Amino acid sequence: MSLDAQPLFAATGLTKRYAVTVLDSVDFDLRQGEIHALIGANGAGKTTLSKIIAGLTPKSSGTMKFDGQAYCPKTKKSAEAVGIQIVQQELNLVASLSVAENLMLSRMPHRFGVINRSQLHQQARVALDRFGLKDIQTDTVTRSLGVGQRQMVEIAAALDRQCRILILDEPTAALSANETQALFNWLGRLRTQGVGMIYISHRLDEVSQMADRITVLRDGKKVATHDAADLTTDAMVDLMSSEASLTREFNTKKTRKSRQENQAALKVDALSRGRFVRDVSFTLKKGERLGVAGVVGSGRTELLRCLFGADIADSGSVQLAGSDVTTPPRHPYEAVARRMAMVTEDRKESGLLLSQPVRVNATLASMREKLSAAGIILFGKERRLAAEQCEAMETRYTSIEQSVGTLSGGNQQKVVIAKWLMRDADVFLFDEPTRGIDVAARIRIYRLFDALTDAGKSLIIVSSDLEELYEVCDRIAVMSNGQMVTSYERNEWSEDKIMQAAFSEYVKKEAT
Amino acid sequence: MRDSQLARAVLEYAGLGAVLVALIAVFSLRSDHFFQMATAISIANQIPDLTLLAVGMTFVLVVGGIDLSVGSVLALSSAVLGVLMVDYGWPLFLAILAGIVIGQLCGLCSGFISVRFGIPSFIVTLGMLEIARGCAKRVTGSQTRYIGSSVEWIGEPIAGLMLSPAFLVAIVAVILGQFVLTRTVFGRYCVAIGTNPETVRMSGISSKPYTITVFAMSGVMCALAGLAQTSRLSTADPNAAIGMELSAIAACVIGGTSLMGGRGSVISSFFGVLIIAVLQTGLAQLGVSDATKQIITGIVIVVAVLLDAARSRMGERSTSGV
Repeated sequence: MSLDAQPLFAATGLTKRYAVTVLDSVDFDLRQGEIHALIGANGAGKTTLSKIIAGLTPKSSGTMKFDGQAYCPKTKKSAEAVGIQIVQQELNLVASLSVAENLMLSRMPHRFGVINRSQLHQQARVALDRFGLKDIQTDTVTRSLGVGQRQMVEIAAALDRQCRILILDEPTAALSANETQALFNWLGRLRTQGVGMIYISHRLDEVSQMADRITVLRDGKKVATHDAADLTTDAMVDLMSSEASLTREFNTKKTRKSRQENQAALKVDALSRGRFVRDVSFTLKKGERLGVAGVVGSGRTELLRCLFGADIADSGSVQLAGSDVTTPPRHPYEAVARRMAMVTEDRKESGLLLSQPVRVNATLASMREKLSAAGIILFGKERRLAAEQCEAMETRYTSIEQSVGTLSGGNQQKVVIAKWLMRDADVFLFDEPTRGIDVAARIRIYRLFDALTDAGKSLIIVSSDLEELYEVCDRIAVMSNGQMVTSYERNEWSEDKIMQAAFSEYVKKEAT
Repeated sequence: MRDSQLARAVLEYAGLGAVLVALIAVFSLRSDHFFQMATAISIANQIPDLTLLAVGMTFVLVVGGIDLSVGSVLALSSAVLGVLMVDYGWPLFLAILAGIVIGQLCGLCSGFISVRFGIPSFIVTLGMLEIARGCAKRVTGSQTRYIGSSVEWIGEPIAGLMLSPAFLVAIVAVILGQFVLTRTVFGRYCVAIGTNPETVRMSGISSKPYTITVFAMSGVMCALAGLAQTSRLSTADPNAAIGMELSAIAACVIGGTSLMGGRGSVISSFFGVLIIAVLQTGLAQLGVSDATKQIITGIVIVVAVLLDAARSRMGERSTSGV
């Protein structure tokens, strides 16, 4: 790591005001060949700061210097022109184009405007291989990739362009452990090439593993900048969050009392769909919290979608307690009628109506059953229940009439959950419930898991974050290549066992 | 919360109302005959058909669809009405009922095919536009049917009230439509489907019946609009209302309904109809040629959408925090 006297990039008094001030005279600098982490709760201003640097949002006041020169990008393009790249939290790939086209979008190899396809795929192949993405085909339509793979392609696209500053906003949120490691290896190489990196993440272990320096933001203000070596993760949490004490209490509660009863809530037998869900059988007990681990693409999401009727199973049976129906649901409508609920992986695509108010989102699943009489909406009751339910989840908003798209990720997720709490169910399916949300919201959701199982509900939780599963689950089932290979109780699981199980079916495949 | 909602509603209509008042003021200054009761009555008698189409179209646009067949379906149900009354001697009310059934069937077909096979409603209703027009010509043998006084009363002002039954029906449709869109679960689902159909599906709601119903409703509105037009012209004409789907869409768009779905208001669409009607009547009184009228109408549509885009951008800026 080189420590030049003059930083590569420096900002002084950077401020951004909308109706409220979201970034309040923040000083920030980045050295060559440095990974500088930005941490803070959702709404702390990390994303705003990085967007200003990347030219996505204009600053309200303050000055920026890049390479000793005054720097004030008007657009993302002008930031890219001087070598500042950003990989954002939201996926910015064109779903209908191929992987190669997305990778090369701004610099298609062409002759008189006609795309040279062989060169396109060749260059894309090189870009993917360099990042170790050998199993992604360049002619695959991006839509058909999983979220994790899409994220990798997007990072590869940014890394492939010449850059001097790389901004990564929650790059590992959708990645499996292997993919994360591949990414870190790459970042290490970029560091030796002198690229300055701004790394935004909620995963504090990653931050302390990768970062050289750490800047903590809280409520739009800079709290401190420290060398990473000087900060423990506990200290980071303390700086970030006013709920720090709560966090520590929660983290120390390693042994968790199980609420499960000896009564089945959900029986799944030989459920299959294509190559993603193959002959999956398990029983979920009443009050049980079942975690589902596995690498990205192992069929975890697909399993939940089959259980919920979002995809239709080819064969097998799904039976809930107190019901004689054993056929897998053919539409989420049927699953909800059988008292199932699902919080999806991608809240913006399938969990929320972004342009609609918080109220409308929170009540969407309960309109017909609870909030109307003869088809006419009971507005008073709707407003009251929506506010009650969102406040019970400690959702932060200025009004329940605010459009949900303007909330931070953690608060959006709370609204999605509030929607299902209002509807009520016996079996809750959670797909990556804490992806891209801050520590405080994460803890709020963990507490909710406790409350749900206390009330006799059963939970299936899919997560790429093993620590999270250790924290909240009674049992962890492992998916590998579409099969549920095994499951471990709390007293018998270990990272080693789970990893071995997660890769077991892939190893076999290569052997034959 | 309630106050801010009310304030927003007032603001919503204030813009459209201001445009309307401005138009009326301009025409009143330029023409001595414009600001008179006679003009108001003439406009009120002209607009029931377009208003009814716009009510149905608002719902179709809100669920994220489009219905290009409304002009043709209007003509078909009007043709059925005329043939049944003139050639077969059916009484008016039975013939009206038959027209409504035909209109509804057309909408049901478009909606069902679009939803069941996942074909964009633009394509399906483009097909229906041709089919319904062809059927209208088939049914009438391409001859207009003169019905006369037995239907004319629907379009004529009721003594002492100065408003025609057709106008009253249109107003009732606007009020009912606005109520259904904003106050019922059906309307809420329509907005949700237009905003993000996948979220609706994953919330355990089957959206297909709702979308199909919306298209069927648009068909019924076409039949009622057909009745209004037939009564005004005293004839059922298989070539009636050619291109009227575009006026209906224009009215909705002027009113701020989004072509992308998820946003719309029946009352605003009615304002759109009024703006178009005032513009047409005013320009006609000024003796402006048809060609110039078309140009000006086109400009108004584009400007209205530009203003709306600016307004929603401003709205976003003021609400987006982080």
